[in-house]
Amino acid sequence: MDISINLTDGVPIYRQIVNQVKYLVASGLLRPGEELPPIRTLALQLKVTPNTIVKAYGELEISGVLQKRHGSGTFISEARPQLAARERRRVIEQRIDALLAEAHQLNYTADDILRMVRERKAAMDENVAEAAEENKEKGR
Amino acid sequence: MEQSVVDVSNLSRTFGDKAALDDVSFRATAGQVYGLVGSNGAGKTTLLKHLLGLLRAASGSVRVFGLDPVRDPVGVLSRVGYLSEERELPEWMRIDELMRYTQAYHQTWDAAYARELLETFALDPAKKVKDLSKGMRAQAGLIVAVAHRPALLILDEPSSGLDAVVRRDILDAIVRAVADDGRTVIFSSHLLDEVERMSDHVTLMHQGRVTLSGALDEVRRQYQRSRVHFAENFEQPPVLETALLIEGGGRAWSVVHSGSPEKFRQSVLARGGEVVESRDATLEEIFMARAGRSRQQMEAA
Repeated sequence: MDISINLTDGVPIYRQIVNQVKYLVASGLLRPGEELPPIRTLALQLKVTPNTIVKAYGELEISGVLQKRHGSGTFISEARPQLAARERRRVIEQRIDALLAEAHQLNYTADDILRMVRERKAAMDENVAEAAEENKEKGR
Repeated sequence: MEQSVVDVSNLSRTFGDKAALDDVSFRATAGQVYGLVGSNGAGKTTLLKHLLGLLRAASGSVRVFGLDPVRDPVGVLSRVGYLSEERELPEWMRIDELMRYTQAYHQTWDAAYARELLETFALDPAKKVKDLSKGMRAQAGLIVAVAHRPALLILDEPSSGLDAVVRRDILDAIVRAVADDGRTVIFSSHLLDEVERMSDHVTLMHQGRVTLSGALDEVRRQYQRSRVHFAENFEQPPVLETALLIEGGGRAWSVVHSGSPEKFRQSVLARGGEVVESRDATLEEIFMARAGRSRQQMEAA
């Protein structure tokens, strides 16, 4: 499982694991019914105390992301579309909050940011179109 | 209440006229990992030596598995694994002799586990202890400390002076002790990122006293680190309520603070500033705020 721990941003390690598992589920990289690594395996991989994994899995179980099956392991719960939708929204909202805080520091209003988002998107689309055009020409 | 594996109350100890331990209390319960941090000379090793019965409590009491380690060394030491900072091992022995020698003291010795570790570490059984490199010595010391599967594993600065590969072996041994057997681990370290990853509980010692102790996540929640911007230029760090450590310069400062975040915010506001960003502090930031020394100084000590 692709999880990385960051010790510089002050977020508790168990919380980082919870957020990243939710992210993997929301983005479809972890599918319903898939098995998660055993506590010992993930603790060895991340170099963290096993109790941190216990805590993270416990929290994920309470919020319905995981299911422990007695004697057989820990699995991603069967489809919970509303949960995935909520998580996807949470990830994006977090980015927006950070962007707005930074914008405020640099004296941009929310309206400035909205306008700039559209401009950037237009520029990006244009680049993609140009690249596609170039590829077509190369192909000739 | 959960059963205590270690119970130290009001332990004091002086060496000459220097207070090595001053009214120290410390408790450890089964299945948890305890990280002990503090500058050199803070009293970590002295505390650990009391747990092993290598030092007698001058005042206060020390109990390990409910026993006094000085009066009942066999009852305690048969259930404890210890890796000392100096990694004292009998120099003249070959590694295989060291294994047999240690095994003789421990009924619970797991020969298969010892062999597995020897192979993982690629240690040559015919090699003499005195010919081992620093890393190999730590690995041999680690096998001797864990192969009888002790209920309590005590590691004094296990990573000190080791490269990343051997450090990883040590951390793996801690994880396995806890995950496979629900054992208790107490380790001291000056590597705060290691302590932050590996500990369920953290105890900070400074000049013989415990200055901070608790579950790591709870300790972390009590400290914030905020970035603040001021309209005015400050030559000296601005005085702010609840602030413990201020770094930066001019109009932009980073502050580690504890207690009411609202009180802190008001104090910043009163000085014409604004809190730009706040988050829970890292262990390193808490350490620097409470021990009053930078990490560089600590490592140089």
